[in-house]
Amino acid sequence: MAVPVDNLTKPTPASSTLRFAFGNVLAFFILLLIGVLAFSIRLFSVIKYESVIHEFDPYFNYRVTQFLTKNGIYDFWNWFDDRTWYPLGRVIGGTVYPGLTLTAGTIWKVLQSLNIPLSVETVCVFTAPVFSAFAAWATYLLTKEVKGTGAGLTAAVLLAMVPSYISRSVAGSYDNEAVAIFALIFTFYLYIKTLNTGSLFYATLNSIAYFYMVCSWGGYTFIINLIPMHVLLCIVTGRYSSRLYIAYAPLVVLGTLLAALVPVVGFNAVMTSEHFASFLVFIVIHVVALAYYIKGILSPKMFKVAATLVVSVGVVVCCAVVAVLVAVVASSPTKGWSGRSLSLLDPTYASKYIPIIASVSEHQPPTWPSYFMDLNVLAFLVPAGIIACFAPLSDASSFVILYLVMSVYFSGVMVRLMLVLAPAACIMSGIALSEAFDVFTRSIKFYISNLSEFLQTDAGDTLPGNNVSPQNEVLKNEKKEDTLKERPSRKNKKKEKENIEKPYVKSKTEKRPLVLPVEASFFALFLTVLLGGFYVVHSVWAAAEAYSAPSIVLTSHSHDGLHVFDDFREAYAWLSHNTEVDDKVASWWDYGYQTTAMANRTVIVDNNTWNNTHIATVGTAMSSPEKAGWEIFNSLDVKYVLVVFGGLVGYPSDDINKFLWMVRIGGGVFPHIKEPDYLRDGQYRIDSQATPTMLNSLMYKLSYFRFVETDGGKGYDRVRRTEIGKKYFKLTHFEEVFTTHHWMVRIYKLKPQKNRIRGKTKKSKSKTSPTTPRSGTVKKNPWH
Amino acid sequence: MGKSTVTTKDDAQALFHSLRSAYSSTPTNLKIIDLYVLFAVFTALIQVGYMAIVGSFPFNSFLSGVLSCVGTAVLAVCLRIQVNKENKEFKDLPPERAFADFVLCNLVLHLVIMNFLG
Repeated sequence: MAVPVDNLTKPTPASSTLRFAFGNVLAFFILLLIGVLAFSIRLFSVIKYESVIHEFDPYFNYRVTQFLTKNGIYDFWNWFDDRTWYPLGRVIGGTVYPGLTLTAGTIWKVLQSLNIPLSVETVCVFTAPVFSAFAAWATYLLTKEVKGTGAGLTAAVLLAMVPSYISRSVAGSYDNEAVAIFALIFTFYLYIKTLNTGSLFYATLNSIAYFYMVCSWGGYTFIINLIPMHVLLCIVTGRYSSRLYIAYAPLVVLGTLLAALVPVVGFNAVMTSEHFASFLVFIVIHVVALAYYIKGILSPKMFKVAATLVVSVGVVVCCAVVAVLVAVVASSPTKGWSGRSLSLLDPTYASKYIPIIASVSEHQPPTWPSYFMDLNVLAFLVPAGIIACFAPLSDASSFVILYLVMSVYFSGVMVRLMLVLAPAACIMSGIALSEAFDVFTRSIKFYISNLSEFLQTDAGDTLPGNNVSPQNEVLKNEKKEDTLKERPSRKNKKKEKENIEKPYVKSKTEKRPLVLPVEASFFALFLTVLLGGFYVVHSVWAAAEAYSAPSIVLTSHSHDGLHVFDDFREAYAWLSHNTEVDDKVASWWDYGYQTTAMANRTVIVDNNTWNNTHIATVGTAMSSPEKAGWEIFNSLDVKYVLVVFGGLVGYPSDDINKFLWMVRIGGGVFPHIKEPDYLRDGQYRIDSQATPTMLNSLMYKLSYFRFVETDGGKGYDRVRRTEIGKKYFKLTHFEEVFTTHHWMVRIYKLKPQKNRIRGKTKKSKSKTSPTTPRSGTVKKNPWH
Repeated sequence: MGKSTVTTKDDAQALFHSLRSAYSSTPTNLKIIDLYVLFAVFTALIQVGYMAIVGSFPFNSFLSGVLSCVGTAVLAVCLRIQVNKENKEFKDLPPERAFADFVLCNLVLHLVIMNFLG
């Protein structure tokens, strides 16, 4: 990668091969260390807490993996899960992205066959760190294809530690992104490799890697839209070559077929708008290829004739095809895009039409501090990397630039997608840092070699140190060599003539590459190393403090030591030991996966959120008065209701804070729930100024029942920082069966229907037998 | 308008002749590959026509049939690109390696087709 500094001490072939061999061995060991680093930095949560699965979604994946290891793959493909979304159930085989579970299941199986008895949970917990090591190696390979080994190693070490990626792949975060990011980078690497070498073998591997990506994550649509965009960019900027055709066309055909093989994608691979870009560019590249071929076999005059003929006929045909396509696409209400894609393209779409997508905290747009928290130093190394990519601009570097720009846009829409930005930022920063190091070390080597040779022209050699221009001119020299080699296209004949003349002129005036003054380069080298030091310190801090919380166990430090809040597992364990196997538990959808995985009970709604009406039913039940809520839950055969309450300990993500979303989602389907009814003057309050609808709602009652007993009559809510409004009340339709140690989870049981109703006679009351669970009143059916 | 149509017709004929003469000078092995590509595309068109008549019920079978034809056509074009002696980018690639890659890619393609055919 380094340009030979001066011509006087040319290395002999033997010493240069030795140097290359030494460099390769060193690179190998560095890569090994990078893998170890990537693995170990993610182990903080295991050290600080325990080896446990984190958050919510990983519990579902863990449950699916357990099922897979117990029952085998055929039962897994055909699994219909009736313990969730009661009474609808869920077709697991057809709605889950199987890559992660199949990967972990395979690893477990291999280890079992080698007689290494790791439990499924251990394999699940440590899958993410292992695959992040692989992702770092894939980044090395990708950047090596773009710029060279030095940039590759730098990018790999940056990716191993970038906080954004750590946040989604700590030990215990057993989620799709753990393997998907590796698949993403590896697919991009194989695409660039195919583009650089033009080998059909790598094209096949590329399609298989893309298949693995489709299996792993819904974000595969990013790949199948980015690669066609890049192909279009190459065609439009005149960089079409037959290698581009070989890189793209087999990928589209094989990739579409392989994507259709995955049940969750199925025919969406050919019918949704997310894939249309690839087909359009497929047609475009065939037209372009044909045009180049005909241009090659005809004389220029005849080609002009052909062009005019084709253009006149082709325009008509094109218009017809485009009209048909537009009609087909416009006939569907969402223009063929799925809801999630639309919410990405139009950031305001979700809040208007799909409140569930808008309510997830990971789907909010990021704030500026989160860029610095998640990317740190990379945030300002990226522009330097972009400039370095432009000199020289090759197919591979144009791809990386496009990838970066697209991922920056999408990361601005959703915080969760900062994860897709992280590899691009690492690649760019790796390129920038590597180029900077090149210049500095070249200056130092140059100075040392000059010093040791006592040349007379020492004084006039080094040009005044301007950071930008020497770098540019040095790189321009390299660019000229590359342009002469890389662009044999006929269009640039004129430019080439100029370029050929320029090196002859330049080589007379500058025999040596430009370098910086040696003091400046030493200082700059020191500063760059310091910059790297800052990045490392920040990444380790972020990994240890910010991103290692398993969120199923909470800790807090106080003057008398460490408090551990293990309330969630306490509640789920109570449920699994004290209720019947077939009992249904209702809670807000956040806790569905955990309840099915840890408590092993049937739930009504869970984190998959595929059925908005069902979630709205639960939301309505929570927002209604006690009796109406009881009726809704009773119609769903619910036995227990689970509520998360943080008022006693100050846990801010409890159900009362999420209550407005329940109201909004419920109100979106059942119009008798109106959000303004729960707000006093537009403010959400639960104190004495709260609206009566709020104070009577089921959620309020279930959260604050007997709360005044905890602090002697005041009922001070530590999260909302006020005293509660209604302090003393009784529950008529529910009975409290369990409250955890810190009151964080509260479980209530539905009281059975009374046999006879005392008091005033209701309208259609007749002598009902004790066994029919029919209420005496006219049943208001909320969903008719 | 009359004059331009006459010249257009002349142009078209001249174009056709020059295309024909230029194409006849390609080597035979490339012409065989071209024939194979044409056959694959023709088969795909027949399948699409059949679907238009009969309906697309086992849609996965239809997709796999059409995409297998398109796939082998694309792969054959890639082979042609790599084997073509006039292509300077690939002059270091031995044609046996190109053919081996072609066979491998076809194997993967047809494995997937067999799986998806239902």
